Amino acid sequence: MSTPVAHGSIRRRLLLSLLASAAVLAIVVYFVVQSVARQVAQESQDNVLTASALSILDSARLSGGEISIDLPYSALSMLDSISDERVFYAIRLENEFLSGYADLPEAKENGAVSPAYLSAMFLGEEVRVATVRRRMSTDTGRSFLKVTVAQTLSGQKQTLARISRTSMGIGAGFFLVWVLLAALISRSTIRPLDRLTSSVSRRGPKDLRPVAAPVPSEMVPLVASLNSFMRRLQQSLMRSEDFIAEAAHRVRTPLAVVRTKAEVAQRKSDDPETRKALREMIRAIDDSSRTAGQLLDHAMVTFRLDHLAREEISLHRLVHDTVERMRPTSELKDVTLEATEVETAVIKGDPILVQNALHNLLDNAVKYSPSGAEILVALTTTDDGATISVNDTGPGFQTDELDELPKRFARGANTQDIVGSGLGLTIAKEVVEAHGGTLHITNNPGGGACVSLLFPSS
Amino acid sequence: MRQFALSIVLIFAAGWASAFEAEEVARFGPSDSDSELRIISTADIAFFEPMISSFLASVPGTAIEYTVVSSSELQKAIVDEGEAFDVAVSSAMDLQTKLANDGWAQRFTPGSTSALPDWAVWNDMLFAFTQEPAAIVVSKSGFGDLPLPESRNDLINLLRQHPDLFRGRVGTYDVRQSGLGYLFATQDTRASEIYWRLTEVMGGLDAQLYCCSSDMIDAVKSGDLLIAYNVLGSYAINREDRDEFAIILPADFTTVMLRTALIPSNAPSSELAALFLDHLMTRSHGQDAQLLTNPALDLSQNEAALNRIRIGPGLLVFLDQLKKRAFLSEWESAILQK
Repeated sequence: MSTPVAHGSIRRRLLLSLLASAAVLAIVVYFVVQSVARQVAQESQDNVLTASALSILDSARLSGGEISIDLPYSALSMLDSISDERVFYAIRLENEFLSGYADLPEAKENGAVSPAYLSAMFLGEEVRVATVRRRMSTDTGRSFLKVTVAQTLSGQKQTLARISRTSMGIGAGFFLVWVLLAALISRSTIRPLDRLTSSVSRRGPKDLRPVAAPVPSEMVPLVASLNSFMRRLQQSLMRSEDFIAEAAHRVRTPLAVVRTKAEVAQRKSDDPETRKALREMIRAIDDSSRTAGQLLDHAMVTFRLDHLAREEISLHRLVHDTVERMRPTSELKDVTLEATEVETAVIKGDPILVQNALHNLLDNAVKYSPSGAEILVALTTTDDGATISVNDTGPGFQTDELDELPKRFARGANTQDIVGSGLGLTIAKEVVEAHGGTLHITNNPGGGACVSLLFPSS
Repeated sequence: MRQFALSIVLIFAAGWASAFEAEEVARFGPSDSDSELRIISTADIAFFEPMISSFLASVPGTAIEYTVVSSSELQKAIVDEGEAFDVAVSSAMDLQTKLANDGWAQRFTPGSTSALPDWAVWNDMLFAFTQEPAAIVVSKSGFGDLPLPESRNDLINLLRQHPDLFRGRVGTYDVRQSGLGYLFATQDTRASEIYWRLTEVMGGLDAQLYCCSSDMIDAVKSGDLLIAYNVLGSYAINREDRDEFAIILPADFTTVMLRTALIPSNAPSSELAALFLDHLMTRSHGQDAQLLTNPALDLSQNEAALNRIRIGPGLLVFLDQLKKRAFLSEWESAILQK
């Protein structure tokens, strides 16, 4: 069987696309968190600046038409309370500079909204500027008192750096969690496929039933065509088995007629050459009719295996019956056939098949044993199951053929002069395997072969 | 330290060509050295000399030029004239803060950062290396049997009970002249209203006004003064004749000035300056500190009453011209009582 060519992997593709999307999302999360944090940090800095500017504005008093400002200590010290910051301020009445840093830029208001904010460079460093204003009545009329406060960004930068690290952590954590999820998701997505694969590959060699287990809708077409393929395969197999059985049946009856005629002719003939030829002919006919019989047997076995019965079989009775049925043949060949140490065992299965399997083993044993040989049949039980073993004192198997023998039409190298089809062991093996058991072929240490059938306890 | 040729050149204000007024200039270390550190400082040479000597011992081949100025002259030298100094040391914390805040200082990360207390560093620009309390210095001989005041309240009561004894013999800073005096006075007003009461009482007793702590201590020693208020405790304790006065740290609150150093942004040898600041900070903080102030002045016994001035932009508030004008006029009306 050739291995299919693999091109790509659904699971890997799924995993990769999940991870790629997770990476994109993680990066998006990182930037979103950071931009929100930047906004929040900016807002909180603006709030502190506004509070500072307002406290200065609130300290302005009118005394004798002049504006006096008692700069509160906290107005500037609050700007430095959390992180060390450089702080600048300017107090102006309209455009007249009153106190502070004369060059400090002013945040221009949008319409009437106060406070206003501005980011600018001042004295070599980036600063955030807030300006608030209040209408005052002075000698010269009503005018705006404007207070501008500015602060460097070192605290904000520290906060942002910390949040940047945090959001990096969040992004990475998100990604890691997603990696785990992606692994789980891809595995669970691929699971029905794995399940189908294992259910198909777990099947026995003869099992061509359609797949009935429910599958995801995407796999329905695949399973449907698989089922249809298997149905056609089964039909085609059945047709060929039928054909073989039919052929064997049709050949066997004429062969029996030909054999009878040949025997009659042999008895009547006096010419030794003719008798010899007829004897060889009868032998060939026997061979053919036996093969046809076993082909029929095999077809029968194949059919019954497809619809395996599950009856209770008393193995001990079956062993006795089969041995008794075989006894005439063995006595004809002067071979001793004995059922020794038969224990009581009951299994579930098809009694006809099991009997056929044992019959094939005994038939082989009798056929390949020389006259005077001894065949012992035993039935032993263990916790694992029941074992029927057939030991003979024949020539045994050639050790290098032990694996090959149970295959169809395979015959041992030392069997040329004996009639046989090579189907006997195949049938036995197929039957015992259909019952979940195993067939073992060994040679006995003292000579002769041992074939055993192990049926597991159900 | 004596292996160095120690040459001190004293040049007095009159002989100095530059526009800012130096009180003294001294040179330490070998005369033929290839690297020179220029320090501008408000601290007396005698006060700062141990630090210079230990630095020269650890960095051989270096010379130091040490210029003593008043705190306002220091501002003038750096801001107005752009004089190239490597280190600026001053007791006027507000002016130092303004220098740093206005961008006249370089940022520098000291090697001993972890050992430094929070209050000793501001914005990696300003570095505090002493804690010097504002003390009440009293003449022991002049006081006789009178009880020593322990707080400002005690002092007010004492002055009120013996107006004739103290008239004309009470001294304090002229805050219009002295940056440090102004700093002490403004911080006192932040801490308690009692400052104004005390100032009015002193004004009523015809208080004498001085430019500097050392002058006030001299006046106490000579008997001109019985009491000097807001004198630098570190100067008083470092004197040889310290046993002649009582140095009182007021129990209600003691304002503590932090002497600070910074590296000006135009420092010609800023690497050497950084080395010097590292030396300054490691010698001034931590377990093995060798303080410039005499160990007899123990601040730790009075920790709860210590009002350590915090370096930060709050100090800019009293430098605001409107604020300063208002404060000085209030102070004048309290102390001069015209």
